[in-house]
Amino acid sequence: MHQDSTNTTGTDAITEVCRLTKRFNSLTALDSLSFKVCRGDILGLLGPNGAGKTTAIHCMLGLVTPTSGSIRIMGLDVARHRRNILARVNFSSAYTALPSNLTVRENLIVFARLYGLKSARDRIDTLLELFEIEETNDRLTGSLSSGQLTRLNLCKAFLNDPEILFLDEPTASLDPDIAAKVRERLQELQRQRGLTMIYTSHNMQEVEQMCDRVIFLATGRIVMQGSPAEIIKQSQSRSLEDLFIAIARNGHLYQTVDNHEDEPCGSE
Amino acid sequence: MWLRISAIVMRFFFLHRRSVARVMEIFFWPVMNLLVWGFVTSYLKELAVPKTVLFLIGAVILWDVLYRSQQGITLAITEEFWVKNIINIFISPISIGEFLAAICVVGLIKSVVTTIVLGFLAFFFYSFNLLSAGPGLVLFLGNLLLFGWAVGLFTMALIFRYGRAAEALIWGVPFLIQPISAVFYPVSVLPAWLQKIAYLLPSTYVFEGMRQVLATGVVDVSILGISFGLNLVYLFLGSLYFSWMLCKVREMGYLSRLHLE
Repeated sequence: MHQDSTNTTGTDAITEVCRLTKRFNSLTALDSLSFKVCRGDILGLLGPNGAGKTTAIHCMLGLVTPTSGSIRIMGLDVARHRRNILARVNFSSAYTALPSNLTVRENLIVFARLYGLKSARDRIDTLLELFEIEETNDRLTGSLSSGQLTRLNLCKAFLNDPEILFLDEPTASLDPDIAAKVRERLQELQRQRGLTMIYTSHNMQEVEQMCDRVIFLATGRIVMQGSPAEIIKQSQSRSLEDLFIAIARNGHLYQTVDNHEDEPCGSE
Repeated sequence: MWLRISAIVMRFFFLHRRSVARVMEIFFWPVMNLLVWGFVTSYLKELAVPKTVLFLIGAVILWDVLYRSQQGITLAITEEFWVKNIINIFISPISIGEFLAAICVVGLIKSVVTTIVLGFLAFFFYSFNLLSAGPGLVLFLGNLLLFGWAVGLFTMALIFRYGRAAEALIWGVPFLIQPISAVFYPVSVLPAWLQKIAYLLPSTYVFEGMRQVLATGVVDVSILGISFGLNLVYLFLGSLYFSWMLCKVREMGYLSRLHLE
């Protein structure tokens, strides 16, 4: 099997993950993961179900405590400065929801306050307009379509003007038209603000379109990394989708990419 | 800090202002309780046991303060699990202390609203004047509120750890405490060994004190002081247990899985 040895050596790393390991009893969900994400990059974390993508993101957000290893975001250690980091990042997932019994605006008011915005009327209006759901303003969140809910989640995720946005399958369950619109908006915002995104998706076309760099995970290990074009070439696959299927079926045969020589994390 | 606390309080205000079912939860069960027990005691009054009437109506009202306080905070957190919003809350910069403070405020508001409504109804239907306890009433209510929060912290910790399987505890735990707290009868009714356990609960002193004040008009501040001291201990232990459980839950990855249940 092909092994990619590309190291990530960005000059302005906004996220540094060093030998991140997470074990749940006998299951090793993440096995000594090391990688960097540069400011302004869109990194795709890819892999089959159970590969460790969501666990990695949840470790970075402090929802899951790593067994060992360290994570530094914007130069701060997640274990020690979780709240400071959380004020400057945000997260949107197809698998979380906002309270269905609150209106769209009420939900955004609550989250604006959680992120320290006392008067967020203008910001909320701008975001609703940006994601083209301004007409849902006074509607109950539970009455929205999947596409509107996704865009509302993204409005929530942009409330604090994050420096890093974690997106866990943001376009899952969307029709192609809405998914394309969401991608366009995200790319637009990323360009305008120099936003860094860490992205998981099972839609490989979307990944090729969105991501500057991708990391393939299998059984909690990095088995391939690089730009989508690079890794298609290196793996001699026809497409990212073919590579995904190969890794999903034979991930255990792929060698682990060793980024440790890069040792991104130092002590504070 | 206050902005983040107010965010959570506001979230529950928004939720309740258009949910008849949730508003009914504040009013319906307490009112039904009061009516049933009130009429039972009216019957007892006919049997010439007048103090019993006062004791039972007072007990029903005070019990509801403890119950609503515990429910206020446990349901606030369970609500976030139900609507899959718990991760959104926990990836915001709110601290655990701020979150707990916010849901305690929610519990406080529910308890105050319920007490006011029951106080009016008790006066209207049974000529029971809740204010007859004088300023001591604040001490009774305050102690029950604090104990409700402490019980709520233990209950919430278990819900975090065991997820939906532990949801029944929200309603069950208060009723484990009720018979031992001597809510509707004096502690002396309990077997000697159970009396020792009863005096470990802050609520027992409140209900004993309530009966004393209704019978003699005198508030025994010393027993309310013991109740307050015990409350501080339970709140401290409850906070420690909750924080420890949250660390365990983060280690075990349950926080990211709970919302999927």
